[in-house]
Amino acid sequence: MKKIISVLVENKFGALNRVATMFSGRGFNIHSISIGVTEDPEVSRMTIVTSGEANILDQIIKQLNRLIDTIKVVDLSAENHVARELAMISVNYQKGIRSEIMNIVEVFQGKVVDITIKSITIEVTGPPDKIDAFINMVSPYGIKEVARSGLVALKREEQVVVRKKEVHIA
Amino acid sequence: MSQTGKELNGAEIFLESLRKEGVDTIFGYPGGAVLGIYDKLYDCDFIHHILVRHEQGAAHMAEGYAKATGKVGVVLVTSGPGATNTVTGIADAYMDSIPLVVFTGQVPSKLIGNDAFQEADIVGITRPITKHNFLVKDVEELASTIKKAFFIASTGRPGPVLIDMPKDMLAKTTRFVYPDQVDIKGYKPTISGHSQQIKKAAAAFRKAKRPLLYVGGGVVMAGAHRELGLLAQEAGIPVTMTLQGLGAFPMTDPLSLGMLGMHGTFWANMATENCDLLVSLGARFDDRVTGNTETFARNAYKIQVDIDPTAIDKNVRVDLPIVGDLKSVLADLLTELSEKPVQSDYSDWWTMIQQWKDACPLEYDNHDGKLRAQFVLQKISEKVKGQAVVVTDVGQHQMWATQWIQFDHPRSHITSGGLGTMGFSVPAAIGAAFAVTDRPVISISGDGGFQMNMQELITAAHHKLPVKFIILNNSFLGMVRQWQGLFYKEKFSFTDLSASNPDFVKVAEAFGCKGLSTDSPDEVDALLDAVLAYNEGPVLAEFKVVKEEMVFPMVPSGGSMRDIMVKRLDPNRLV
Ligand SMILES: Cc1ncc(C[n+]2csc(CCOP(=O)(O)OP(=O)(O)O)c2C)c(N)n1
Repeated sequence: MKKIISVLVENKFGALNRVATMFSGRGFNIHSISIGVTEDPEVSRMTIVTSGEANILDQIIKQLNRLIDTIKVVDLSAENHVARELAMISVNYQKGIRSEIMNIVEVFQGKVVDITIKSITIEVTGPPDKIDAFINMVSPYGIKEVARSGLVALKREEQVVVRKKEVHIA
Repeated sequence: MSQTGKELNGAEIFLESLRKEGVDTIFGYPGGAVLGIYDKLYDCDFIHHILVRHEQGAAHMAEGYAKATGKVGVVLVTSGPGATNTVTGIADAYMDSIPLVVFTGQVPSKLIGNDAFQEADIVGITRPITKHNFLVKDVEELASTIKKAFFIASTGRPGPVLIDMPKDMLAKTTRFVYPDQVDIKGYKPTISGHSQQIKKAAAAFRKAKRPLLYVGGGVVMAGAHRELGLLAQEAGIPVTMTLQGLGAFPMTDPLSLGMLGMHGTFWANMATENCDLLVSLGARFDDRVTGNTETFARNAYKIQVDIDPTAIDKNVRVDLPIVGDLKSVLADLLTELSEKPVQSDYSDWWTMIQQWKDACPLEYDNHDGKLRAQFVLQKISEKVKGQAVVVTDVGQHQMWATQWIQFDHPRSHITSGGLGTMGFSVPAAIGAAFAVTDRPVISISGDGGFQMNMQELITAAHHKLPVKFIILNNSFLGMVRQWQGLFYKEKFSFTDLSASNPDFVKVAEAFGCKGLSTDSPDEVDALLDAVLAYNEGPVLAEFKVVKEEMVFPMVPSGGSMRDIMVKRLDPNRLV
């Protein structure tokens, strides 16, 4: 089972490292992790995509809570949420295939961010499966490089459901 | 005299902050990065600094000190090798939830990351083995960081915290103000248990026919032994303890079943297997306790009380979790039960337990005139009658100590459980002896583990500490030999120390301790009496015991009660 976990951490030296160390030390999976500062400059938000059996996911949330720098852990998969990823894909751009590529870019509402005679770099945003689909579509033309941001996500309403240190009390 | 408000440098702030925390004893070793602190320590009259002989010794001493007192153990070492030498002790404290604050010197801030002389990224190295750690670059943050460190180390589920202090920061000055309070956004340990859950727990007690209290180190840490005693007495409920739980409930009490787990008593393990209510109090379902988690207490409704939510459901799924401080949860549970007491009759349950006890008592061969470790331990127990602090090392002697010494008081049994660190006992006993002066402190080691930190005998001798160092010398790495004997066709690969062991009496004498030795059962009484009577300084007593002996009963790793071995040649006799 996949899970999207949003973690608010104190914006301190080593906070990301602590989370990464905890994941690797306990053998938990990380599919993607992204981090950036929030509206409060002292707080960063990490969005972690992970997977595992239910009891492992339960442990992951508890272990995240246990880290001292962690302010709040929200299991976004259990919530109504919006999730987006940004990818930049550089593709071969030879004569003869240009209009085909441009069609695909248009369908996916991609943005051309760099272009030369030989290559084109497209920015695509959306849920990860949309990006997967885009990459699939352009791969026959020859992909040169891919950079993906990892998922960022927010829940739709204001309320916080899983609050720190209350995870397992009844 | 209060230094608050005065302009002090980092080194002085360090010392003043320790004073504010009520610290009077620290274990340390100097070096370049902490020279500034040692310079101030020279004139400091409120901190007793114990100069160790190896930084690993300092960390274990601080652990022993913390375990014996419940206070935070404090370590001070230099950067690089000084810091890395403490790593085993920190990992040990992390596994056994021992409150430590470890201060490490660091190279000057501008050199960090340059592979400077004696630089090690100790914050990076210890991240997975500390409850939290800090690098303090700004002297303005030193006092508040120390405050936080002590708070984090000693509250919730205790553990080690490390503070890394660059040399230049220690030389900078600022106005000293020690905060009264800490507020860490993401750290608010839950204290009281959920009242609804506690009500449910009380109901489970009233319903159970074969209840069992499974007690871990958390009860000792929370100081909840009195509440535990009341709960057990309330209805005559049997109590089994983990390695770290020993002493939380008196082992001489008829309600005690002794230790459970791999080398636990047969009846404690059978009771665990057959109970219908298992109440875990500050225990963590460690694999050495559970064996096969699928079959562990399979018929029981399981309640787990722990202050650490991650301990719950980690290895074994429980039916009723209660997060909270044990003292508070048990007090609430007792109140709940007093309103509507348990009225069950457990006589059938106790009959079953008695049958298991009779079927498979703890025993060893005592008739061939040879000296055995179990005999020595039994004699120690008879002599101290629970009035001692016993610090064991890791191996066979450690397990026999749980079987043959009766621990009747919390904090009277200290051992490395989670990490299983050989070399723990000698320094940890020394650390304990700096705090405990009303009872003997007895270190018990195998000949292998003793040699891992025996340099600390010098520290004990220097301070004339009356620690009793007992070596149960079987000329082998006994526990490994046992596994080789049982599971590796008796190929005793690199476990025979007989040709290379030193003369331990001479070692003792060279290090300034009294040294005694015997290999005769007839001399054990007199020798132990001499050891216990000697208080002018440390004394070492070597007991040359038979090497072939194995610890039984034994539930093999990952096994269940079906796999229990009660004797070498007759496995599965009873099950
Ligand atoms: C630092 C460390 N290294 C290795 C081990 C593995 N180990 C566990 S028990 C043991 C043998 C201990 O022998 P000894 O100290 O003589 O005690 P005995 O088992 O004979 O009582 C060993 C090597 C360990 N626990 N700790």
